Amino acid sequence: MNATIVVNNLSAAYRKAEVLSGISFDVMPGTLTSIVGPNGAGKSTLIKTMLELHPRTTGDVSFLGQSYKLAKTKIGYVPQRGSVDWDFPTDALDVVLMGLYGKIGWLKRPRKSDREQAMEALRAMGMEQYADRQISQLSGGQQQRVFLARALVQDAEIYFLDEPLAGVDAATERIIMETLQQLRTKGRTVMVVHHDLQTVEDYFDHVLLLNRTVIAHGATAEVFTEDQLHRTYGGALRWMREKV
Amino acid sequence: MNLLSYNAQWVLLSTLLLGMAAGVVGVLSYWKRQSLMSDTLSHAALPGVVLGFIAVGTKQLPAMLIGAAASALVGAWLVQWIRSSSRVKEDAAMGIVLSVFFGLGIMLLTHANRMPGGGQSGLDHFIFGQAASMVRSDVMLLAVLAIIVLCVVFILFKEWKITLFDSSYAMGLGLSVKSMNIVYTALLVLVIVIGIQAVGVILIAALMIIPAVSARYWTDSFGRMLLLSASFGGGAGVCGTLISTLGKGWPTGPFIVVTAAAMFLVSLLLGSSKGLLVVVYQRKRAQHKRGTAIMTEQAVEGGRG
Repeated sequence: MNATIVVNNLSAAYRKAEVLSGISFDVMPGTLTSIVGPNGAGKSTLIKTMLELHPRTTGDVSFLGQSYKLAKTKIGYVPQRGSVDWDFPTDALDVVLMGLYGKIGWLKRPRKSDREQAMEALRAMGMEQYADRQISQLSGGQQQRVFLARALVQDAEIYFLDEPLAGVDAATERIIMETLQQLRTKGRTVMVVHHDLQTVEDYFDHVLLLNRTVIAHGATAEVFTEDQLHRTYGGALRWMREKV
Repeated sequence: MNLLSYNAQWVLLSTLLLGMAAGVVGVLSYWKRQSLMSDTLSHAALPGVVLGFIAVGTKQLPAMLIGAAASALVGAWLVQWIRSSSRVKEDAAMGIVLSVFFGLGIMLLTHANRMPGGGQSGLDHFIFGQAASMVRSDVMLLAVLAIIVLCVVFILFKEWKITLFDSSYAMGLGLSVKSMNIVYTALLVLVIVIGIQAVGVILIAALMIIPAVSARYWTDSFGRMLLLSASFGGGAGVCGTLISTLGKGWPTGPFIVVTAAAMFLVSLLLGSSKGLLVVVYQRKRAQHKRGTAIMTEQAVEGGRG
């Protein structure tokens, strides 16, 4: 089986300070991978660089054997909730509908069938009763579900989610993880930036340990060990474990 | 007062369309958090207006407008350049460009006014605006430009929405956010060019900022915000022009802006979505509800005790 995502020697910098260096890994289809590492390890930057939202200094990335430009319609991206202004005047259904804009075609208006499809995605997230709710009036968990619904309507092959479980309620966490596991069952490839070490083993079959570079990558059982976590977090780990 | 004269009707039509165009582009600026960019670019247009006049030698609107567009674009480019090549932040970069270009414009204006024919050319009108000084061919040109602006905003409605709400997601869907930014800057410059004679370089930015902010108080829908802002802008354009015809030689710009400000005050107080009265009422009602809930709780507790 061919890898869906191939990253080869990827590096990236912010204002000349290198954040990621020499990142290489392959991701197989039908896997659910968590990207784990300390604050400032470059987790979000890794996703953004792979999706060409942040410039890379070296390396290349391919998706389904193609460059990002050719493959981008097959990629769904769920940015961090805090990356947008939720005060923007629009409702939940409208945000989900944005996931279909590429399919609808630029300069064209959404049709009724598009609205129904967006509504269906909201229903799958348990959000149909909030369809015409102002997005600023939604709770954090509800906003996150709207974001995931927007990515789902794209019907992508590959999904990237940046901290989808940060600050959400238990019900939302359950719905999101069930949805991601369904995607995996359907053979889709999912990568998730994740911050909660406690749940990594329950939720993900693969782990990418990251701290400026790849510390370890592979099946959760093999990679998610005390030893590797120490190498990823250094001294910070003990403090974290104690805190938990 | 030649309010109903043929020319006055044309002038009113042009300030109506100008107000509408400024209103919709203002909404884009509002959500790009770049309201002050319009102020910078309009001030930056002044040297171009005067250079256009100096180049042609007589007051010919098309030449001056081309000059205005060119120098506004140079201003926009300079803001970007200062920001990306130094540690200066965007607001400071805008402050620099605004004041330097305006100063340069006034300098050139002083020089042009001393040129033969310069004193009578009405160049000063470009600072505070004099809608009545427009002739019919000017008005036609400006009206066509304003309609183009309105059409572009309307056709790209869905694209504006996604770019303004979540530009990196828009890029992921294959929309060229770079092109959208270029179109946005072009629209901004067009509105300045259209408004520079009727409202003047100092106050045209107000016509982009105030209607959009006012519209925000009435609606939670992006589409309705555009419509409302266009109505407020158009309304202010027409009312301001009418008021300025009441006195001989009264500038148009200040009256348009004062009218827009009155609309803002009404919106701030009475706006149906975020207006002060609505907010106070909702807060009171929430307090009342909470109060009742606490009272019920206490009653239940009391009943138990």
